[in-house]
Amino acid sequence: MRAIAEGLFTEETPPRLVGGRDRETGRIVFPCPAGHEAVPLGREGKLWSYTIQRFRPKTPPYAGPEAFSPWVVAYVELPGETIVEARLVDVAFEDVAIGMSLRLVQAPLDPDAADPVLIPAFAPAGHAV
Amino acid sequence: MSDVCIVGIGIHKFGRTDGVSGLDQGVYAVRQALADASIDWPQIQFVYGSSDAAGNPDTMVDRLGLTGVQFINVRNGCAAGGSALFSAQMAIKSGEFELGLAVGFDKHPRGAFNALPGEYNLPDWYGEMGNMVTTQFFAAKIMRYMHMFGISPLALGRVAEKAFRNGVHAPHAWRRHPVSLADILDAPLVSDPYTKYMFCSPAEGGVALILASEKKARELGKPLIRLKAATMRTRPAHSFEVFAPSLDVVEDDSKPRGTASRIASADAFRLAGIGPRDISVAQLQDTEAGAEIMHMAENGFCADGEQEQWLSEGRTEIGGALPVNTDGGCLACGEPIGASGLRQVYENVVQLRGDGGGRQVPGNPRTAYSHVYGAPGVSAVTILER
Repeated sequence: MRAIAEGLFTEETPPRLVGGRDRETGRIVFPCPAGHEAVPLGREGKLWSYTIQRFRPKTPPYAGPEAFSPWVVAYVELPGETIVEARLVDVAFEDVAIGMSLRLVQAPLDPDAADPVLIPAFAPAGHAV
Repeated sequence: MSDVCIVGIGIHKFGRTDGVSGLDQGVYAVRQALADASIDWPQIQFVYGSSDAAGNPDTMVDRLGLTGVQFINVRNGCAAGGSALFSAQMAIKSGEFELGLAVGFDKHPRGAFNALPGEYNLPDWYGEMGNMVTTQFFAAKIMRYMHMFGISPLALGRVAEKAFRNGVHAPHAWRRHPVSLADILDAPLVSDPYTKYMFCSPAEGGVALILASEKKARELGKPLIRLKAATMRTRPAHSFEVFAPSLDVVEDDSKPRGTASRIASADAFRLAGIGPRDISVAQLQDTEAGAEIMHMAENGFCADGEQEQWLSEGRTEIGGALPVNTDGGCLACGEPIGASGLRQVYENVVQLRGDGGGRQVPGNPRTAYSHVYGAPGVSAVTILER
């Protein structure tokens, strides 16, 4: 399995997201833009806000499966670093709550694909990776 | 300095008009505005025209007459219409011209706006994983706001209910049937916490406003609707905007973040020399129900969290202390980007003239406020006075 794009995750196991630090201001953003210092981001964070994507986005640009099931769009605060947008997995919609503790995982864009690409996602902290 | 006045208004019905191009909807609005001002096209000295997706506005000279008029196209995200109006009033304020036009129109395909990552300087994978969806951002923004300031889903429903009720009385509105609060709240979710009635749709429409120097307005014998302020501003540091793969951590995240709207609003009030309490009627960007709620606070009309009570007491209804979105706003009119901000000003002129019919704000309103906000973190505000 491979990541949806190069440079999003570190090569270690388990991986981390690669952010970019502005060399002048110290501001950290995700993903790492050209010219920024690449910095691995923390794996643990808290849910800052979220919504549930209830309809299939238009293709292009969406490259997910034809068959649609809703997913959680999350903004996750990585303390002292940045707030990243990612999917939320392994949690029922009614259990999603702002402030909940989360940890980084990789999730398949298409769970039914033979060789799915992996996207940034978070799962409730303590959940098995 | 003397004021810039609005002496003519025109509008092509918003919504869907099959077989009529966006440009022709703009031309329709211009002709109506010319008639309203009792002037002819050759008298127009300059035009600023805005459209996001319906072609170059200046091509409308083919329809209106090849007078050699100065015509500048404006494309500035969701602030396109506001930017055209800002530019038009500056042209008069500068003394260069005394009679001109701001026109905006658009015609978007059905369904959600379909943005591509490259247009926003974002990597392809961001769109591939399904994040190039504007509704996700708006929903996540209100979800955070509701959590911070105790706004309920019921309040979101009340905003939408009011919009459709007001739209009934606006001939230019798209949705002209009331929808019950229960139907709004029980409708399918599009992006939590918003149901399908809580989002506006991309649409079509055209609006034209004729601006004149005060001297010219007096010559034309028109009631003086003065444009006391028109501002357009961009986002400050740490703001949360559409299509954001990340946003900044801030030291104290218990307060609302700075926004382009807050800046544009504060500057408009400063220019007009009045405050939020002096405003009789307001049109606030309501691309979703929660936007109206957040914008009530961002424009200084109430504190964060007070909206719940304002809405339950009906303070933003037509007969309330501060009527908001008297023509049903974007929720009832839809959003043709190039025309949307100008529609708000059109509606304000209607209200200040007392021509609102079933949606007229009682008590002879003297001041009117308009506000747009959108991608990529831009806002435009106007204040009118009669």
